[in-house]
Amino acid sequence: MSNAPRTLYEKIWADHVIERRDDGTCLIYIDRHLVHEVTSPQAFAGLRAAGRALRRPDLTLAVPDHNLPTTARVDAAGQPLLIADPASAGQLSALRANVAEFGVPYIDALDARQGIVHVVGPEQGFTLPGTTLVCGDSHTSAHGALGALAFGIGTSEVEHVMATQTLLLAQSKTMEVRVDGTLGYGVSPKDVVLAIIGKIGAAGGTGYVIEFTGEVIRAMSVEGRLTVSNMSIEGGARSGLIAPDETTFAYLKGRPMAPKGADWDKAVAYWRTLPSDAGARYDATVQLQASDIAPSLTWGTSPEDVVPITGAVPDPESFADPSKRVAAQKSLDYMGLAAGTRMQDIGIEHVFIGSCTNSRIEDLRAAAAVVKGHHVADRIRQALIVPGSGLVKRQAEAEGLDRIFVEAGFEWREPGCSMCLAMNPDKVPAGERCASTSNRNFVGRQGPGARTHLVSPAMAAAAAVTGRLTDVRDLMTADA
Amino acid sequence: MEPVRQVEGRAYPWGAKNIDTDIIIPAHWLKTTTREGLGKGAFETVRAQPGNLFDDPRYAGAPVLVAGDNFGCGSSREHAAWALADLGIKAVIAPSFSDIFSGNAFKNGIVPVVLPQAAVDRLVEVARTDPITVDLETMTVTTPYQDRFGFTLDPFRRRCLLEGLDEIGMTLAQDTAISKYESDVAQARPWTLVGVGGEGSVVEGAGRT
Repeated sequence: MSNAPRTLYEKIWADHVIERRDDGTCLIYIDRHLVHEVTSPQAFAGLRAAGRALRRPDLTLAVPDHNLPTTARVDAAGQPLLIADPASAGQLSALRANVAEFGVPYIDALDARQGIVHVVGPEQGFTLPGTTLVCGDSHTSAHGALGALAFGIGTSEVEHVMATQTLLLAQSKTMEVRVDGTLGYGVSPKDVVLAIIGKIGAAGGTGYVIEFTGEVIRAMSVEGRLTVSNMSIEGGARSGLIAPDETTFAYLKGRPMAPKGADWDKAVAYWRTLPSDAGARYDATVQLQASDIAPSLTWGTSPEDVVPITGAVPDPESFADPSKRVAAQKSLDYMGLAAGTRMQDIGIEHVFIGSCTNSRIEDLRAAAAVVKGHHVADRIRQALIVPGSGLVKRQAEAEGLDRIFVEAGFEWREPGCSMCLAMNPDKVPAGERCASTSNRNFVGRQGPGARTHLVSPAMAAAAAVTGRLTDVRDLMTADA
Repeated sequence: MEPVRQVEGRAYPWGAKNIDTDIIIPAHWLKTTTREGLGKGAFETVRAQPGNLFDDPRYAGAPVLVAGDNFGCGSSREHAAWALADLGIKAVIAPSFSDIFSGNAFKNGIVPVVLPQAAVDRLVEVARTDPITVDLETMTVTTPYQDRFGFTLDPFRRRCLLEGLDEIGMTLAQDTAISKYESDVAQARPWTLVGVGGEGSVVEGAGRT
């Protein structure tokens, strides 16, 4: 092996190549496979039709999340409540039957550890540095926050992993996204990743694996890093890695599925070899300064449509790219916005705090800190808090966060994907506007005709309190 | 999978940028457990608009779609590829594709053809009146007007399309190499292969509230 300096990505890749074909395609071993109910039934059916077994059930973990209602799951007597939508119920029962048939470990909807796959994986220590991790879900990029090479795959690839524990892949290009400096007051990891996507564009990372580096990333908790890596895919990159460090090890130690005893020591020793070597080369480098990042949000229907909260809705004519001018005008029509409107003058009717991007304990703490002592504005029709897992919910309740939210007029719900993609009953009605901590502002994403502004948990909380998109720093200053 | 050598016929002259997979197939269509019949949900929000391309009789059953930059971005849902295939689309031409969609397209016999913006603009113009041909043997897109645009595909994926290969079957034939890799890792990084089976991590039935 050559001694040339290598990136984190190149090290993980090299340790997972089983065979390299003459055409450059590599057979890559997959260490971890997360499964949920939406993208797996056709893969299980494929195995069944071909008479194939699932090769490594012990490296696979199934959790239902997308379809589950976030209202109570058991009645007063503790009996499970039926799910009203027969299609959702059918998909959930198909997962239960499939995991039983193929012997896959499964956390069911009534288990305290149930939650969004991308919250459960790190929380259980299933996600580990230096591993390859896949799931039939694009936000699998989140797990890169712990230094795992993690990426979303389609259902045919899910079936391929189930049957062989491998994938046939070509190596990606590498992009370093470096954020140096210190974040300003009221600026969160969500604002950082929105600023990054605003800079590189929704296709900027296509064909690349991103590695996030710099002082800002190093200073972040694992929860904050998960928010950043989670949205790599909104910048086009299938994976967004962060080098494992002491913060990562402290987060993982003692988690149920993390290594124990002598294995733990060996693992940490290996993980310490993973960070990119000094002098390692990336195919592209992007730099941001923390001082340039304000609390941010989206105005349009692509995650690249980012402005600071102090900004205004842009004029479509201001874009140099003609196809972007057309897209921006269509976005404004859909969003019901006029160019030049100050972002802080836009009223909202819904608030959603949740999703695999922002539903962890620190997200709920940040929102509660803003909400405390206030009430949801009269014009808000629905303000939902959906914890990312049952364990996050339990932790928040132990800290009394649920009472702050409920007293302020929020609904305190059961864990799941919820209003991020509106596969369950949580939807934003047509023509209504939502300040959402989720990851996608696409047309119809939160329900047909729904209008989404992507924000941080603190910004969503501020918008709930005032009834309009709000600079959270004003609210924090007023309370100081 | 059926081999794909050439796709020829009318093309939807769309050219729109950042078409995400929620546009191709909205989430409420994903509550299915089969791959079939998703064409009726394809482009639902676009088709709700009068005079849209997908209900224009001139393009009915067109096997080619000409789109803008970053086609198939967003959700990894393979339902997007299944929906396009069910509509009869066998090739999509765009300046760029999302990585996940591109992989899903290949696995369903849909050719994702990357061409420069200028070529895509020209094809949008031609497609309004005439057919387009995508040829995987010659790796060209041609029109009845002497237009000829060369493109490239990942060699392995091209071969899978041309020969209609079953990737899972091919990989299962590598079983010895996979097993050897696993035993090597069991020595070098034993914790990696513990997974869910680790001590104190019984999943089924435990930890109920």
